Amino acid sequence: MSAARRPGRGTGGEMRTDDGSGDGLDVSRVDIRRDGTLIIDDVDCSVERGTFSALLGPNGAGKSTLLAALAGVERAQSGSIQFGGVELHGMPRRQRARTVSFVEQEASTELALTVRQVVELGRTPYQTLWGDESADDAAIVASALESTGLTSFAARTFVSLSGGERQRVLLAKALAQEPRLLLLDEPTNHLDVSAQLSTLSLVRSLTAREAGDGTGVTVLAALHDLNLAAAYCDHVIVLRRGRVFAAGPTETVLTPELIRDVYGVRADVLRNPTTGRPVIAFSPPD
Amino acid sequence: MVAVALAALLVVSITLAIAVGPTSITPVDVWGSVLHHLGFGASPLPELRDGIVWQLRLPRVLTAAAVGAGLAVSGAVMQAVTRNPLADPYLLGLSSGASLGAVAVLLLGAAILLPLAAFVGAMLALGLTLLLANSLGRITPSRTVLAGIAVSALASAVTSLVIFWTVTGDSYREILNWLLGSLAGARWPEVAIAFAAILIAGVPILLSGRILDAFAFGDVSAASLGIDVQRSRWLLLGVTALLTGAMVSVSGSIGFVGLILPHAVRLMVGPRHRALLPLSALVGGIFLVWADTLARTVFDPRELPVGIVTALIGAPVFALLLARRRESA
Repeated sequence: MSAARRPGRGTGGEMRTDDGSGDGLDVSRVDIRRDGTLIIDDVDCSVERGTFSALLGPNGAGKSTLLAALAGVERAQSGSIQFGGVELHGMPRRQRARTVSFVEQEASTELALTVRQVVELGRTPYQTLWGDESADDAAIVASALESTGLTSFAARTFVSLSGGERQRVLLAKALAQEPRLLLLDEPTNHLDVSAQLSTLSLVRSLTAREAGDGTGVTVLAALHDLNLAAAYCDHVIVLRRGRVFAAGPTETVLTPELIRDVYGVRADVLRNPTTGRPVIAFSPPD
Repeated sequence: MVAVALAALLVVSITLAIAVGPTSITPVDVWGSVLHHLGFGASPLPELRDGIVWQLRLPRVLTAAAVGAGLAVSGAVMQAVTRNPLADPYLLGLSSGASLGAVAVLLLGAAILLPLAAFVGAMLALGLTLLLANSLGRITPSRTVLAGIAVSALASAVTSLVIFWTVTGDSYREILNWLLGSLAGARWPEVAIAFAAILIAGVPILLSGRILDAFAFGDVSAASLGIDVQRSRWLLLGVTALLTGAMVSVSGSIGFVGLILPHAVRLMVGPRHRALLPLSALVGGIFLVWADTLARTVFDPRELPVGIVTALIGAPVFALLLARRRESA
C-alpha cells in the first residue's frame, strides 16, 4: 500500500516515496516538451500494482500527453517511467507492446474490419511478419471477446457499433495484447450514462485486485468526470498545468478545496446512499 | 482459392489480349509461339505473325499486367499508411512528378536514367504534397488530395513548359501519348524494368501486411502495438514511389488504377492487407490488360492512350467513393 503512505496533497517533487518503486507503475521526474513548450513538468507519480487509478485534471492539464508518454508513443525529454521495476522507454517496441496497452480517445477506422479482426490486431506484438495466427492467438482473442461480453458481436463490423460497444471492442483489443499495464484516455467520452457505467465496471473487473488471482492488470485512466473517478477508482492523480497537484486515495484527495483549487468550481462532497462512495455535487458560481 | 482463380484469370486474360487485334491469332497459336521462343518446338505461325506475338503484343500485354499490378499495390499501400481512402499515386501527385522527372531526362538525352529520374520525381512530388497538406493544418484525406492536385498541376505545367521549349514536330504526339499514359511503346526493355520494380518493391510490400493492418486505427494505435510508425511509413512510401516511378517510366502516368482497384478487392476479401495486397496485384494486372486491349481495339486502327480508358472508368467510381464518404461522415 505504498500510495496510502503518501500525503494526500502536495506538489510533484514531494510526492515520491523512496520505497515506492518495484511493483507497479513508477514515474519519476518526467518532462515532456512539445514545440518548445513544457507540457509535462517534472512529474512524479505512481500506481500500485493491480489497482484502478484515475488521472484527473482540467482540459490542457497534460493528461493525454502524460498517458501517451507512459504508453511509449510520446517521447519524454527526461525522467524515468518504470513498470515492475523495468524502464519502459528502454524496452524494444514489441516487448513494450506486450507489457503496456493504450486505448486512445475515440480511436476509429474507416475500414470494414469485423470486431474479431479488430481484437486480433492486439496480437500484433506477438506475431511474425509472415506467420499465420497461432492457436494461442485464437484462444487469447476468444477470451478477450468473452471477458468484454463481445462474443456474439465477433462477426459484426466495428463501424456498425454504438459508441459504448466500440469502446468495449477497443478494450478487448488492448486485452489481447496481454498487458500488465492498461492505459485508457477518456474511455467514457461521448458515452451515455449506462455505457459509461458498464465500461468502467468492466475495466474495474479486469484489475488484479478484483480478479484476485494475480492475472489482472493495473489500470490508469484519464477521466473528466470526477464522479466516475470517485465511484470506481482506488487512487487518483490530479494534474494541473502539467504538474502533479495531488495524488493518493480517492477519498483523501477529492475534497471541496482541491476541486476549487484545480477546477475553480464550488463543490460539496457527499456520500452515495447506495454504494457509500463519495459523490461530488457541483454548485453554480454566484 | 480466390488467389488461384484470379491468377488463372490473369493468364487467360494475357492470352486473349495477345490474340486480339487487327491481325487475329488463335490463343493456341499464341501459346505455340511463346513456347517456341522459350525453346520448345517450332512456332505454329509464319514469321511475320510470330513477330507480332513475340515482338509486339506479348511484351505490351506483360507490361500492362505488371504496371496494373504495381499501381494497384501502390494505391493499397498509400491508402493504408496515409489512412486515406482517396490516396493513389495519381491523385497525390506522384505520377505527375515521375512524368516530370522522366521528361526532363528524356529531353536531356539520358534515357538510361529514366526510371531513376521518374523515381526521384515521384519522391519529390510526394514530399511536396505531404508538406503542403501539413501546412494546411492537420493532415486529412481531403487536404492531402487537394495538395496532391496542386502539386500535380505544378508538375504538369513545368512538364508542358519543358516540352514547349524543346520539342518539335512529330515528337509532340509521342510525348502527349506518354503523358496521357500509353503502353503502345512497350517492348522487352519495358517488361524488364516493370518486372524488376515489382520484384524489388514487391517483397518488402508483401511482407508488410501486418504492419499496414496495424495502421487501421491510426498512428498512436499502431505505435502502441509495437510498430515503428515513422520508419515504417516512410520506408513503405519510399518503396511505393520507387514502384510508381518505374511504372510511369514505362507507361506514362495512368490514373485511377491505384485508387479504385484496392477498393474493389476490399469488397471481395475484406480490408486485411495480407490478402488485399497480393489480390490487388492480380486484379490490377487483369484490369490494365483489358483496359489496354480496349484502348488499342475500339477505334482501330487508331489507338487511344490507355490512361483515357482508365480515367473514363475510374472517374465515375471515384465520384461514387466520394459520395459514400459523405454518407458515412
